[in-house]
Amino acid sequence: MTQREHFDAIVVGAGPAGNSAALVMARGGLNVLQIERGEYPGAKNVQGAILYADAIERLIPDFRDSAPLERHVIEQRMWMLDDEAFVGTSYRSDRFNEQRPNRYTIIRAQFDKWFSSKVKEAGALVVCETTVTGLLKDKRGRVIGVSTDRDQGEVTADVVVLADGVNALIGSRAGLRKELTPNDVALGVKETIFMPREVIDARFNLKGNEGVVIEAAGSITAGMAGTAFLYTNGDSVSIGIGCLISDFKTSGVRPYYLLEKFKQHPSIAPLIEGGEVKEYAAHMLPEGGYNAIPQLYGDGWVVAGDAAQMLNAVHREGSNLAMTSGRLAAETIVAAKAKGKAMTASTLKAYKRALDDSFVIKDLKKYRRLPNVLHNNKHFFTDYPRLLTNAAETMLRVDGVSKKEKEKSVMGSFRAERGLRGLAIDILKMNRAWR
Amino acid sequence: MSQGLNMVVCIKQVPDSAQIRVHPVTNTIMRQGVPTIINPYDLHALEAAMALRDRLGGTVTVLTMGPPMAATALRKALGHGADRGILLSDRFFAGADTLATSYALTSAIQKIGESRPVDIVFTGKQTIDGDTAQVGPGIARRMGLNQLTYVSAIPTIDQEAGEITVHRRAEGGVQVLKTKLPCLITMLEATNVLRRGSLPDMLRAERAEVETWNAEAAGVEDIGKCGMKGSPTKVSKVFAPSPRAEKAKMVEGDTAEAKARVAIDALAETDPQLLSVIARQPALAS
Amino acid sequence: MAQAPNTPAAGRGKSKELPEHLKAYKNVWVFVELEHGRVHPVSWELLTEGRKLAAALNVDLAGVVLGPSGEGTDSAVAEAFHYGADRVYLVEDPLLENYRTDPFTKAMTDLVNTHKPEVLLLGASTLGRDLAGAVATTLATGLTADCTELAIDPNRNMAATRPTFGGSLLCTIMTQQARPQMATVRPRVMAMGEPDRSRSGEVVRERLDMVEEDIVTKVLDFIPDADSNQAQLAFADIVVAGGLGLQKPENIKLVKDLAAVLGAEYGCSRPLIQKGWMTADRQIGQTGKTIRPRLYIAAGISGAIQHRVGSEGADQILAINIDPNAPIFDFAHHGIVGDALEILPALTEAFRQRLAVDRLAG
Ligand SMILES: Cc1cc2nc3c(=O)[nH]c(=O)nc-3n(C[C@H](O)[C@H](O)[C@H](O)COP(=O)(O)OP(=O)(O)OC[C@H]3O[C@@H](n4cnc5c(N)ncnc54)[C@H](O)[C@@H]3O)c2cc1C
Ligand SMILES: Cc1cc2nc3c(=O)[nH]c(=O)nc-3n(C[C@H](O)[C@H](O)[C@H](O)COP(=O)(O)OP(=O)(O)OC[C@H]3O[C@@H](n4cnc5c(N)ncnc54)[C@H](O)[C@@H]3O)c2cc1C
Ligand SMILES: Nc1ncnc2c1ncn2[C@@H]1O[C@H](COP(=O)(O)O)[C@@H](O)[C@H]1O
Repeated sequence: MTQREHFDAIVVGAGPAGNSAALVMARGGLNVLQIERGEYPGAKNVQGAILYADAIERLIPDFRDSAPLERHVIEQRMWMLDDEAFVGTSYRSDRFNEQRPNRYTIIRAQFDKWFSSKVKEAGALVVCETTVTGLLKDKRGRVIGVSTDRDQGEVTADVVVLADGVNALIGSRAGLRKELTPNDVALGVKETIFMPREVIDARFNLKGNEGVVIEAAGSITAGMAGTAFLYTNGDSVSIGIGCLISDFKTSGVRPYYLLEKFKQHPSIAPLIEGGEVKEYAAHMLPEGGYNAIPQLYGDGWVVAGDAAQMLNAVHREGSNLAMTSGRLAAETIVAAKAKGKAMTASTLKAYKRALDDSFVIKDLKKYRRLPNVLHNNKHFFTDYPRLLTNAAETMLRVDGVSKKEKEKSVMGSFRAERGLRGLAIDILKMNRAWR
Repeated sequence: MSQGLNMVVCIKQVPDSAQIRVHPVTNTIMRQGVPTIINPYDLHALEAAMALRDRLGGTVTVLTMGPPMAATALRKALGHGADRGILLSDRFFAGADTLATSYALTSAIQKIGESRPVDIVFTGKQTIDGDTAQVGPGIARRMGLNQLTYVSAIPTIDQEAGEITVHRRAEGGVQVLKTKLPCLITMLEATNVLRRGSLPDMLRAERAEVETWNAEAAGVEDIGKCGMKGSPTKVSKVFAPSPRAEKAKMVEGDTAEAKARVAIDALAETDPQLLSVIARQPALAS
Repeated sequence: MAQAPNTPAAGRGKSKELPEHLKAYKNVWVFVELEHGRVHPVSWELLTEGRKLAAALNVDLAGVVLGPSGEGTDSAVAEAFHYGADRVYLVEDPLLENYRTDPFTKAMTDLVNTHKPEVLLLGASTLGRDLAGAVATTLATGLTADCTELAIDPNRNMAATRPTFGGSLLCTIMTQQARPQMATVRPRVMAMGEPDRSRSGEVVRERLDMVEEDIVTKVLDFIPDADSNQAQLAFADIVVAGGLGLQKPENIKLVKDLAAVLGAEYGCSRPLIQKGWMTADRQIGQTGKTIRPRLYIAAGISGAIQHRVGSEGADQILAINIDPNAPIFDFAHHGIVGDALEILPALTEAFRQRLAVDRLAG
């Protein structure tokens, strides 16, 4: 009979959360096995994305020297779109051309692969193309390892770090948490559109490795709660749109249709004209926020990243929360191991305390009401964009009508659509949600 | 008691050609970020070798010539169940055509055979980047192995007698060939499905040290026969196919029926014989 | 053939003088692939192409026939002249009855060493590729596989062009320092000329210096393909094909209907094979069949380069695509912008009516 191998720790998943956890534990001298179902780390994470320097810098201070970074972001545009037009704000500054830029665009497939190479260098054993199918438990219900979809596929460990992403199937299957509801997850669809570097530079007014991010909301989501985005990579742009699964279900709108509509919008189409679609991907995002965070630890296990609903939908921050939670989980485990403590729930509780003290939980708490507000007030995505663009058009058109009359007609249109009470309530709701 | 078969499988790491782009401005190849894969045809060779190992025992050594990153391909093969991986890597090997490739691989296979003679060398039918189907025959010639190309099945093998029969795809049919070991087999696609390794296989593969041989370690006798130097063919240019000068003439019409009629007129105008050619076609339906 | 190059190798193909001892190599040879008494048509295509190369070099064109003595071999020799050979090198031996690598390689390399051709062309069939690899290695010369274009450069070298990187690019390859310059060409890539039945020429006979005992490999059996009805795509005059634009497997019927009215073969792009909508022998393109019909109708096919290289040899291409910017319109002759699901039935009906009228008219 073949012996089951035993490790100090098993990490499920090689996304930002899993990689951070595996890296820290391997550096801490633990014998770590990391299991990823993709062909290589990042294979399943084809999207381009924004990387926030801070979280990765804490793990790999000199990441800028070797990580595959596309462009650093010097300009952020926020657009409110209706069907034909948009109003927007933007911030662009040369100060973002700093020595150690704060935000980058990346292609996840390449970034995750690079991150994984650092994990291997630190001494973790990384096995890909292997799916974890369940958790092994002892008679008392403590987690003691995992089973996989391969022959002789069981391995044991003192502790299992669940970093398997938004679906968090392993945790649900093992009864460690309740199943996700459609209200807690958004579906994002995304394309990478290939264009020569020079074309991107010209269209977005960029030079060197400068990059632009456009965040957009409005009628493009066909009345559903959601947002769209466009990021510039080296020689491609990432473009995508996402809405809550529950909204897709009720509206019957197909995600891909939304993306096509967004791409054809008069403000977006010229930016991507002539580009060749290289990749299409659909991926879920945990957008339930603070209230959806599950139990984070137990006997022999912890959960981090998207699997723990650690995503800040408002600021589209996810990978940094994933890295931070992965790191904190690992630091907890390394410390416990150093003290020779068993990996029990009471030992691993320190992970939750560390998270509570970090920006991760603080930020999620701040926005805890937002998912509900947006979900139940769809006019934020329908009426307001139209009212705003109409207002802008009315004010900007010079046609002999006095400004005072124009203001009146704009206010009138807002009142007619939402009513005075409605307007006041909207403002109040948004304020509370944002507080 | 025999120790089973000593088999070598040649595999090549190739760019996933589906993902290669040509820069529209500079017309150069954009390989950045293009993932590499094991040449798909070679996977059939690997499985065929492991299937023989299941039958008669023995060892399967995977061999590749390529840059250091080709070690990934070997590790993958180990994860599928191969026993040993050897990477042939040296700057002298760069720029090799099929003649030079088969020379270098032959040296390495002979080296592998020093401890125990090699019974069968496997290669894929062809690569998807070079696409020549010539490296296998090249190795067979150089080593004096009996050459069996486009093999779809290996019905019998008798190690005592040193005999093997194979099915070989030929034009219009299948040849049943019998020959003696040692031999070289190039495996046809769609003949088998590569097995998934067990978890212990995967762990072993990740931990394994891939043996890297330079020209000297591989026992290469004449460096001049390797790499670009040893390649009689030279690539003189690489280019994207030029667009045809004229684009298609678009058929106008308000309805599908109108378009169809106009299209037939246009075809008949360019090729006045066309309709009578069609009328003469054998399989005419009512 | 060189492995897929890393960079567009500017300057790599610097022309050098041909070494003195190779200057004796003259003439263009084409291997006439004879098996089971039948010649593979690719050989006639190559003789037609070889004629052009020989003319550019101002040398003779020769065919090489290897086979057992008998009717099949005799007619192969005669036909080689009809298709343009000035001379035929003939090795007749019972050992050359069924193809085996060893005797064929021996016969070919001996011929080359004795008569020294500068160019040797073979079909990229299973037989041709098996033989070419063995011969090139034995002669230590360059071989370019699967060429799509052959030309002679000003220094009298053959410039062989072939697809690379899965067909997304083409590369031109030269063998400047070795002879003969060998190339294989896939069936139907080159056009076949009209035979001239009045032609004949000199036959040069050589002996195969081998006995059965020298040959280790034995042919135990030959099992002809059961399905002789296999798609004759490569040889069809009219081909109708569908791509992913057909959307559903049921819609393949629309392609078949049109094909039936035209007496055409039908085929498809690769994704349909991968989805299992059609059998693999109907794939058109780089990794499927190369077609050279008089008329090719492509419906709902985008015209990716891999599809293009297998179909652009058609005399006329009519493309149907809903997207006016589809790449297929870059190489089709006529285009219909529209929904294939509507256009195909309309075409079927319109052809049916036209053909009825034509037939009535005689
Ligand atoms: C369209 C879109 C755009 C986004 N943009 C941004 C952005 O710009 N910036 C940002 O910070 N965040 C962004 N996010 C969020 C970010 O992608 C996630 O928050 C982050 O990837 C979470 O990391 P993770 O490691 O928890 O999960 P993941 O990255 O999902 O990693 C989980 C890994 O586990 C593997 N896995 C899952 N199940 C198993 C199993 N059973 N066995 C083995 N392996 C398994 C998966 O293959 C995967 O590799 C975006 C998300 C989407 C969908
Ligand atoms: C190594 C390699 C080898 C390959 N070899 C081959 C090969 O031999 N042969 C081959 O064909 N491919 C091959 N391919 C695949 C090739 O790259 C393309 O992916 C493939 O040809 C695309 O098939 P398609 O045109 O049917 O599909 P798509 O590219 O998806 O195109 C579908 C087309 O249909 C149109 N369309 C959609 N709806 C309709 C409608 N209702 N009416 C009319 N038009 C409509 C669309 O506008 C689009 O142009 C190969 C790829 C690789 C990487
Ligand atoms: N660099 C290489 N290393 C190992 N094997 C190779 C290499 N190149 C080609 N081969 C083998 O030779 C076969 C035919 O390759 P090719 O002649 O390039 O089509 C492949 O399927 C491989 O098995």
